[in-house]
Order: sequence, then structure tokens, then C-alpha cells
Amino acid sequence: MGRKLDPTKEKRGPGRKARKQKGAETELVRFLPAGAVQTAGKKGPQSLFNAPRGKKRPAPGSDEEEEEEDSEEDGMVNHGDLWGSEDDADTVDDYGADSNSEDEEEGEALLPIERAARKQKAREAAAGIQWSEEETEDEEEEKEVTPESGPPKVEEADGGLQINVDEEPFVLPPAGEMEQDAQAPDLQRVHKRIQDIVGILRDFGAQREEGRSRSEYLNRLKKDLAIYYSYGDFLLGKLMDLFPLSELVEFLEANEVPRPVTLRTNTLKTRRRDLAQALINRGVNLDPLGKWSKTGLVVYDSSVPIGATPEYLAGHYMLQGASSMLPVMALAPQEHERILDMCCAPGGKTSYMAQLMKNTGVILANDANAERLKSVVGNLHRLGVTNTIISHYDGRQFPKVVGGFDRVLLDAPCSGTGVISKDPAVKTNKDEKDILRCAHLQKELLLSAIDSVNATSKTGGYLVYCTCSITVEENEWVVDYALKKRNVRLVPTGLDFGQEGFTRFRERRFHPSLRSTRRFYPHTHNMDGFFIAKFKKFSNSIPQSQTGNSETATPTNVDLPQVIPKSENSSQPAKKAKGAAKTKQQLQKQQHPKKASFQKLNGISKGADSELSTVPSVTKTQASSSFQDSSQPAGKAEGIREPKVTGKLKQRSPKLQSSKKVAFLRQNAPPKGTDTQTPAVLSPSKTQATLKPKDHHQPLGRAKGVEKQQLPEQPFEKAAFQKQNDTPKGPQPPTVSPIRSSRPPPAKRKKSQSRGNSQLLLS
Amino acid sequence: MRPLTEEETRVMFEKIAKYIGENLQLLVDRPDGTYCFRLHNDRVYYVSEKIMKLAANISGDKLVSLGTCFGKFTKTHKFRLHVTALDYLAPYAKVCGAVSNSATGDEVKD
Repeated sequence: MGRKLDPTKEKRGPGRKARKQKGAETELVRFLPAGAVQTAGKKGPQSLFNAPRGKKRPAPGSDEEEEEEDSEEDGMVNHGDLWGSEDDADTVDDYGADSNSEDEEEGEALLPIERAARKQKAREAAAGIQWSEEETEDEEEEKEVTPESGPPKVEEADGGLQINVDEEPFVLPPAGEMEQDAQAPDLQRVHKRIQDIVGILRDFGAQREEGRSRSEYLNRLKKDLAIYYSYGDFLLGKLMDLFPLSELVEFLEANEVPRPVTLRTNTLKTRRRDLAQALINRGVNLDPLGKWSKTGLVVYDSSVPIGATPEYLAGHYMLQGASSMLPVMALAPQEHERILDMCCAPGGKTSYMAQLMKNTGVILANDANAERLKSVVGNLHRLGVTNTIISHYDGRQFPKVVGGFDRVLLDAPCSGTGVISKDPAVKTNKDEKDILRCAHLQKELLLSAIDSVNATSKTGGYLVYCTCSITVEENEWVVDYALKKRNVRLVPTGLDFGQEGFTRFRERRFHPSLRSTRRFYPHTHNMDGFFIAKFKKFSNSIPQSQTGNSETATPTNVDLPQVIPKSENSSQPAKKAKGAAKTKQQLQKQQHPKKASFQKLNGISKGADSELSTVPSVTKTQASSSFQDSSQPAGKAEGIREPKVTGKLKQRSPKLQSSKKVAFLRQNAPPKGTDTQTPAVLSPSKTQATLKPKDHHQPLGRAKGVEKQQLPEQPFEKAAFQKQNDTPKGPQPPTVSPIRSSRPPPAKRKKSQSRGNSQLLLS
Repeated sequence: MRPLTEEETRVMFEKIAKYIGENLQLLVDRPDGTYCFRLHNDRVYYVSEKIMKLAANISGDKLVSLGTCFGKFTKTHKFRLHVTALDYLAPYAKVCGAVSNSATGDEVKD
């Protein structure tokens, strides 16, 4: 044992080293909440650090009061000379942040605390008399601690004094400040400024400096955070959009610290209990991972290298991040299924799937990177996985190579913003085009993956898309894109913890079912940042994009609109409809892309012939298409999405033809922007035009039903028009209520349903 | 990926027979299906038939591995057995200690 660790050697001296050598306890007591000292241990450091850090401002006053009292007493007793330096309130505030961020040593609680105390001293010196005044007041440090709605103690304590201190940096022009920092970034000052600004922004109305805008504070904060945590500007901007300020600081702190080491038992060869026992015998300190995992273990520390034990070499476990176990749990592969893992390297998820399937079925493990494939081969052989084929394709080449899988797992390559703690280079080397490039690739991969799933599989039809990134562009946006482009829907992942995905973010709006996706963060769940979405494919057909139309999710929508334009044809109505359509398009833009297709149909309808007789074309894409087909003899509509449309149309034709024609002609003229429900009154063209876009969006069933209903009421155009607009369905008024004006986005999903309904009705 | 030729099968079988004796048939007919040996890039893979059928769709230059690799043929056409074959040979091993893994102590064969 070294001299320093020799317990028998007495430590002498008043200095910090002597105090340190007296033991962690004495130091810790001064800084941690009473009772926390005992629990400080393997599990302790991080959670301990996290807790106070996260609660800096609203820090429970009680904790600090206790601390201070304890520390005061202890301080008095043990370290009388340190009394002047004890600024517990602020030290408690900072030690976690400073120590962790600047020292990056989470193992030793003392050192960070020590340094925090030292920093505090330095700060005091810099700040001058104010601090000492506060300190000497107590024991009256407790006053500072009083948790009044959590304003920072700094701010609150001195009212005027504090504000002055805070304001100083902001009074200086930003440029000047930046120069200062560039020359000699004083991290302590920067850190303190960060805390100050966060505190001010939390209670902006009361604490702002006059004449300074919020954005100035935010810019200052951004720069400070970038300096303090070494982030690039772009990424920090993205993070500021994503998190509220207090969470942002926690997130940044969490990224400085590695996540705990976790491993997964290989149930093909051993049981978790046996493995845990074997590892403990070797000197590894571990625990089960949590309720949610039956095979996971978390390693606190180990006296042997955890990646080189004989158990590891025999393939009894695999080192795997906790968040990487989640997508496989969400996918839930069953035995005797055919699974595709599109980006499998280094093989952790693949092997997990194989062990869940008990080596039955087939897994096709694919990766585009040949180097990393070697690790897949090695891992799978080591773990005794026998039902796997390993291939080296670009994921986008599926399903051409082979398709028809029961389940697919896509762990897409991403920007890695969720695993910054593993790879700090991500902080600076990611920027806008990297993210967009990743997003583009992910979209392509996701579409290929969806096409590789067999929707009619008896036991499957599921796809899990996951990334280790937390940006919205790579997660929700990609998922939303897939929802629009393919016949899939989101289903619950089966993970009951984790934050829900966003349904809206800044200026974007996503499908509401995105709530079933899950996000995981390092600072809240203590695992790598992750995003998981589970899809179910309900139809193997791929929605075609209409000529000039944007791709829509359901073929029915597409079919109908296309039919309409053709059938309508009358030049005049077409033109007018176009005009109307344009206005409608603008209305619709806010709605789903399906509407877009509708709009395009309107454009197409231009060329439609005058035979249009069927009003539907004008008014509602869906409705009209159906009508038109039926009414018009020729299959103008047939050209586009035939099967469904023609079917529908024909059924409707008998009723609607005459009325539709009249209605159509009239309605085509004036575009009406609004309400489809009372088209009759409006000039035909208008209504038609307006109705069309609206109808397009609404579920087919609805549109059809309405139209039909109206038809009997008003034999003429108006009736026809209305009916067409409302419901493409013919004879039977669908259950859909003729409430056009509400076109909720969920209607998009309903379209598939309505399609089914309408088909039933028609047939 | 192709089946083994006669010559190759003979060479491989001779090697394996040193450990498990003469019953190569035990490896081929298993309770959970028929397994077979396939050669790909000079490596011999031991794989069940239905997996092999799926792997047939993958072009040769993109296929990396399938099932379990038993060993490979060297440039001079000798067969070198790999440790990855251990799990399959162990149950039938005839030689005492020849396939035991003393380190983990969990695969001692008599």
C-alpha cells in the first residue's frame, strides 16, 4: 500500500490534502445532504451528482439547510480554519457541475468537491465582499437557501447586490465579452454566468435587466454553454430547441459522464443468475438492470476486465448498452419467424433476437460496412447463434434481394447525438447538412425496410425503427414521412417507460400516433439517447404517387382524385375548378399530403372533358372520382388508379349521373372555399372546386356517404354536387357525419378504413 | 455457396472423425431438422437446410457467413477446424479432454 493509502500513517496538517487523507467522509459531509455520505459508492457518485446538479436552483432548501448545518458543525469542529471558505450554498450548487464537467472524474467524490470548494473560494475572491458578507451571516446561509420558488440563491440572496453582479456581464457588449472569453476562458466565471442566466430566464419578468431582450440573454447563454461544454454552435442550437433550459443543463452534464456499463445474458448458454454468480466470484460488482429486463445486468465496477473473462469468451454474455436492448424488446421476435436486421453491426441486437427466438427461424443480418461485419461474425459465433445469415448489402437494396420478412429491425445510422458521452467528437463535427444527409438516408432505408415486411404474415408484419439520436429531423420526421408514404401505422412499442415522441415541434406537425413512439435521454433514464418507433404494416401494396401528385398513404385517395380529373373534363369547370382548387390547396396545405394529391387532381381535371357530368370531380376528389367514373361512360378516371375507383364509380353512376352532370357543370364555375356541406346553395363551380379539396381530405367513406344522401334530396346539381362533395359513397349514406369543416389529421388514417368501408358499400 | 465436393467432404470428415469418431451422420440428422455443410469462400459452414434455402437468394459476393463456420480449407486444401465448431463436436466427442474447456469449466468431456 502506498503511503497515502496507508491507514496507519497519521495525516497531519491543516491543508486540504490532510483533510482529504483523513477520509472521504469528512469532506463529503460538508457538501452532501446528510445521509448521502453513506450511500456514496459505486452507484452513488453519478446519482448523487445528478441530483444536486439538477436541482441547483429550486434546490430543496431543506437539503442545503441540513447540509449547511452539518457542515457548519463539522466544519467548526474539524476544520475551523475553513470556515471562511465554506460557502456551502454555492458549493452545493456547483460541485456537481464543476467537478464533473471540469474534472471528469466521477469516481472520487472528494476531488470534485474539493475543487468546487476551491472554485468557490476563487469566486468569492473575485466577487469581493458580497460573499463574505453572506457567509458571515450564517448559519444564515440557510436564508439564502430558502427555496422561494427556486430562484437561484445567488440571485435571491442579495437582491440588489446580486443583480448587479449578474448584470455586469450583460452590460458589456457581446463582442467585447466574447473576446475576453476567447483569450482566457475563465470556466468558473462562465459556469457561474450560465447559472445566472438560467436563473434569470426562469423568472424573466422579474429579474431581467432593463433594456436587454430575452434573445440577448439566450445568445449569451448559448455562447457560454458552447464554451463550457465544448459544443459546436449548430448542435447547441438544436439542443436548445429540444430541451427547456434546466433540462438542457442536465443533458449537457450527463453527456460528460459515461453511462454505466451493462451486459446482457446470453440465455442460449446460461441463465442470468448463474452468470451473475460466476462474475461475482471473479470480482465483478453487478446488479440486475431493472424490472424491465430479464437478462440485463449493470456493472458497477470490476477487478477483472469485463470484456475478457472466460465467460465472455465462452459467449455467456454480451456487452450491450441498456438502450440497445429496448428495440429488440419492442420488436418481440417470435420463434420460427423470418427476421431481417438491416444494420446489424456489431451484432448485439441480432444476437438478442436470436436468443429470444431460441435459435429457430431465420435471421438475415445485414450491414453495409464490411469492416464492422467482421465483428458481427465474431459475436454471433461466440454467442452460439446458428440461425443467422450474414450479408453485406446496402440496406436500400432490400427487398429486391429478398423480401417477405415477418419482422424487420432497422437501427438506422444516425448522427449519434444521443451517444455524445461515448463519442465527444459529435459535439463539434455535426452540422446541418450532416443531419439532413442522415435523415435522407434513414428515410430511404425505412421505406426499403417497410417494403421488405410481409404484411400478410401470420405472426408478424412489424417493423421497428430506432436510432441513437435525439434530433427531431432523424426521428419523428422520418417516421412521419414513412407514415405518409406507405401503408403502415404506428403501434405501441410495449415499453412502458420513456418519453413519448413529439407530435409537433416548432413549425412541424406530425401525425398524432407518434405519441406511441418512445424517446430516451441520458439525463432522465441514465441510458444512451434513443428513439424507438414500432410500425405495423397493414397492406402489401405500395401507394403509387399520382402524376404530379405527392404520394399519399392510401391508394383509395389517390384513385379517386385521379378519376375525378379525368372524368370532369369540361374545360370550363376545369379551369374554374383549378382556380378554386388553388385556394383550396392553400387551405389544404396545412392538412395532410393526401390533400396535396387532391390538389393535383384538380390540376389534372383541367384537361378533363366536358362530359364531366359527374359533379364529383369538381368538388371532391374522392367523392367525385367515384361519381365520375360511374357517371361517365368512358374511363377517363380509369387511367388513374383504376381498380378501386372504377369499381366505386360504377356503382354510383346510376344515381348520380344525371344530377352530377348538371351539378358538375354548374359547380365547376365558381370555386367555393369553404363548406362542403351546403354546396347546393353555392354556385356550382365554386362549390365543386372548394368541395373537392375538402373532400379529398376527408375519409372516403364520409365523402361518399354525404353525397349520396344529398342526392336524393335535391335532384339537381346542387344535390348532386353536395352529395358528391360529401360522400363519394353512393347509395348508402355512410355513417360518416357530414361535417366537412373538421378535417382532422387523423382523417388521414381513417382513409384506409374508409376505403375499406367504401369498398364494402360500393360492392 | 456450394455443396462440398467429394474430395472436400472426405478431407473434412477425416479431420472431424479424430474428435467424434465415425458418426458424421449425427451432425447431419438432427432432431430439429436436417443440417448440411456448405462451402463459401473456402470456409465450411454448418447450416440447417431451411436457412440455406434463404441464403441461396443472396449473391455470392455479398454473403458473408451463414449458420456456423466449422472451419476452412487452406490454400493447400487441408481442412483446419475452428473453435466455433466446438459446440457441435462436444456432445459427441470421443477423446477425453480433447474438447474440454478448462477455463470456464463448463465443457468437460469424458
